[in-house]
Amino acid sequence: MSFFSCRNLTRKPWFEGKDLELHAGEVVVLRGATGSGKTLFLRALADLDPVDSGEVFLGEVERGSVSPGEWRRQVLYLRQRATALTSVVGSDYERVLALAGTRERKADLPTTLPLDHATEKLSGGELQWLALERALLVEPKVLLLDEASSALDRESAERFEARVLAYVAAGHAALWVAHDASLAERLGAEELPFP
Amino acid sequence: MTGPIELTPFDLVLAGILILANGAVSLALDLRLGKRLAMATVRSVLQLSLLGFLLERIFAANGPLPVIAMLIVMAALAGVEAVRRTTRRVRGLTLVSTTVMLSTSLIIAFYGIHFVLEVDPWWKPQYIIPILGMILGNALTGISLGLETTLEGFARDRDQVESLLAHGATRREASKDIIRRAVRTGTIPILNAMIAAGLISIPGMMTGQILAGEDPMSASRYQIFILFSITGAVALGTISVVTLTSRLVFDERGRLRVDRIHSVDGDN
Repeated sequence: MSFFSCRNLTRKPWFEGKDLELHAGEVVVLRGATGSGKTLFLRALADLDPVDSGEVFLGEVERGSVSPGEWRRQVLYLRQRATALTSVVGSDYERVLALAGTRERKADLPTTLPLDHATEKLSGGELQWLALERALLVEPKVLLLDEASSALDRESAERFEARVLAYVAAGHAALWVAHDASLAERLGAEELPFP
Repeated sequence: MTGPIELTPFDLVLAGILILANGAVSLALDLRLGKRLAMATVRSVLQLSLLGFLLERIFAANGPLPVIAMLIVMAALAGVEAVRRTTRRVRGLTLVSTTVMLSTSLIIAFYGIHFVLEVDPWWKPQYIIPILGMILGNALTGISLGLETTLEGFARDRDQVESLLAHGATRREASKDIIRRAVRTGTIPILNAMIAAGLISIPGMMTGQILAGEDPMSASRYQIFILFSITGAVALGTISVVTLTSRLVFDERGRLRVDRIHSVDGDN
């Protein structure tokens, strides 16, 4: 029984009949040429874009049988161009917690970035950190990372990767689209060609 | 009370000198305003004469059907015009705009006529047609601003809306900020008009009534009634049109479909 899978996922002309299987605790890296539709594939898995046909499962649950919001919270897509949701780091965290229906005390919020920092002053890399921390707060089962650490320097990128690996090890899974040829090796992850 | 001063066609020619003077200035300074000025002048003369002629017929017919037909045509034209003023469109926009324009303006006009003015019968054209006309003129501005701001908001803040969706937000939660901004933008002109009324400007209806010899106190009460009706219609119309339009850019699984929005060269 796979943790997360898709069968015959098709969106012409980008991908046709794609199958994929992820197990709990597993990270898989997708590599393919620019413009090959990797982003559209991740977005389709997260139910942010339509597909022509195919099915996506979380365990045995088919996507169509849960509400789109519930699905997306569990199969969370992290875009390359990370965006703040509010004007302050701490409010960004609170906003997603409110969406998830849980409000935690401020002391429990991640401290990678100062909570009172204005989001408009964050660099592209810091925004990517914000996006990761924000995503982990709602505890998704599957992380779909679309070049999600591309704006970070090598050292920060490695911390970012360690953070993802630790999260996945706790019984989650991640599918990572990246151009960085050494990512799969660093993560000790399987690398799949796309499409 | 004195009756209104009759305007003859000759009087209008005298007034037209003001336009001609502007045309002459445009020619002299090479402003290239002449063609647009001439076009706007001819259109306004033709349209207003046609309206006068039509209203005369409708008044004479003395029955509800011609009045109802006129109301529906006016509201539908306003709905289409509101869309024509936008620079971004989405499928179904004209239907939304026309439906909202028809329903809100007719409901509010009818409410004013029936419950406030207690006009009997309600369809008396000298009341309902000008009142609806004023409501439509303002609702047109509010609705087209609301439409434009909504679609612009989704096209511009797409990343943010999608990030919210990705964290489990519903369509409504993800579009809340855009809807709020669009409603605010759509209602700014009428709220400003209410604030300025009587201080900086004498509103059109009051001006007309005073010119026609009406008692100023009565004219100001009419103007207040009209402003309330207009504001009610603008707010209700803008809120409805913004909410409905925001639904058009999402599909059945609550995905933001920016691909449904297309740009056009707006007329304004």
